[in-house]
Amino acid sequence: MVEQVTHPLSKYLRADMMPHIWCPGCGNGIVLNCFVHALDELKTDLDKLVVVSGIGCIGRTAGYTNTDSFHTTHGRAIAFATGVKLASPELEVVIVSGDGDLFAIGGNHFIHAARRNIGVKVICANNFNYGMTGGQLGPTTPLESLTTTSPYGNIEHPFNLVHLAAAAGAIYVARWTTLHVRRLTQSMKKMMQKEGFCFIEVISPCPEIFGRYNKMRTGLEMMEWFKKASVVESFSDPAKAEITKEKIVVGEFVDTQKLSYEKLFHEKIAQINERSIQ
Amino acid sequence: MPERIKHKPLDIDKVKPPKAEIHIITDQCKGCGYCIQFCPKQVLEESKEINARGVHPPKIVDESKCILCSFCTAVCPDFAIYTTEKKCAEGC
Ligand SMILES: Cc1ncc(C[n+]2csc(CCOP(=O)(O)OP(=O)(O)O)c2C)c(N)n1
Ligand code: SF4
Ligand code: SF4
Ligand code: SF4
Ligand SMILES: [Mg+2]
Repeated sequence: MVEQVTHPLSKYLRADMMPHIWCPGCGNGIVLNCFVHALDELKTDLDKLVVVSGIGCIGRTAGYTNTDSFHTTHGRAIAFATGVKLASPELEVVIVSGDGDLFAIGGNHFIHAARRNIGVKVICANNFNYGMTGGQLGPTTPLESLTTTSPYGNIEHPFNLVHLAAAAGAIYVARWTTLHVRRLTQSMKKMMQKEGFCFIEVISPCPEIFGRYNKMRTGLEMMEWFKKASVVESFSDPAKAEITKEKIVVGEFVDTQKLSYEKLFHEKIAQINERSIQ
Repeated sequence: MPERIKHKPLDIDKVKPPKAEIHIITDQCKGCGYCIQFCPKQVLEESKEINARGVHPPKIVDESKCILCSFCTAVCPDFAIYTTEKKCAEGC
């Protein structure tokens, strides 16, 4: 049946911002789709949700979700989100941003938010490059990949984001590709029910730039790579969770509990106030 | 194959598998082909039609083969396809 109808999830999207600007086959649309699916399945109260993004193609997410949201300066999504969470701990704060935004210019915010266990939830669309500015090499670009700033092949060792997040202290860490839509949505749901710093890496196709430079001109070719190379190794050692042409290790890596910073922060303030009254 | 799957379920005559209805919002499609390529039952194919964005949106080959897994709904980057269960009054 071919017809003109509205999508059942359209209430989670800002109608005036649609259609989104992402290229055909861009994984960002799948990340957004799975995210709003998770919101729908959790029956999330949109008045209690804040979405924060930095600059980058994926950063448009903040402007597309139909909830209170903020599109921050480049690299400062976590810094902004930290402020929101500390001021209003009852709000659910989700950051959706890019590999460049979160791990290059924003790298320090990431490790310290994880270390302090600030209860914000981070979804990183890792497309292995700076998509928005024309496809430069970034901190997750695999060795030997071609980008506009590594035309002879990348010689910088990339970050392993799940290892980094686990080592820095995140209480929930997972990695999926945009082909793992079900498990990605489940992970997002799980993460949103936890208290503390959580991180999901989504390996996401950027066919228009990264793909084009690396002999995968279409999203389909990139997704076929994910299909062929992905191996689910849940709760394996994140240090060994490699991303190569041959193998992409996906799964959940950390699922634990720890007192959150905002909880300790407000408890401490209450204690100090009590003492000063006596 | 495990023993229990070899046998026909006892209530097979009473239980009707749900019937799917596939909705394609053709002008929203950017033609990535994910829904076509990764549908486990090959329910969709590329149409000859050219939509408002100048690409070929998917079309349905055989709706009765759809198992309502909703993979196409979740994988579409452009919110251009979704499935629903057909209400009984409409045809089962
Ligand atoms: C302070 C600052 N430095 C640099 C830039 C230029 N800039 C815009 S987006 C971007 C990188 C985006 O990469 P990523 O976060 O991976 O997002 P993607 O576009 O790949 O989704 C950069 C360097 C900027 N906007 N502001
Ligand atoms: S440049 Fe890459 S990341 Fe940006 S919208 Fe296009 S495909 Fe997506
Ligand atoms: S719901 Fe599943 S079986 Fe049906 S068309 Fe979509 S992907 Fe194919
Ligand atoms: S997944 Fe969506 S955008 Fe891609 S071909 Fe199918 S309907 Fe079109
Ligand atoms: Mg990027």
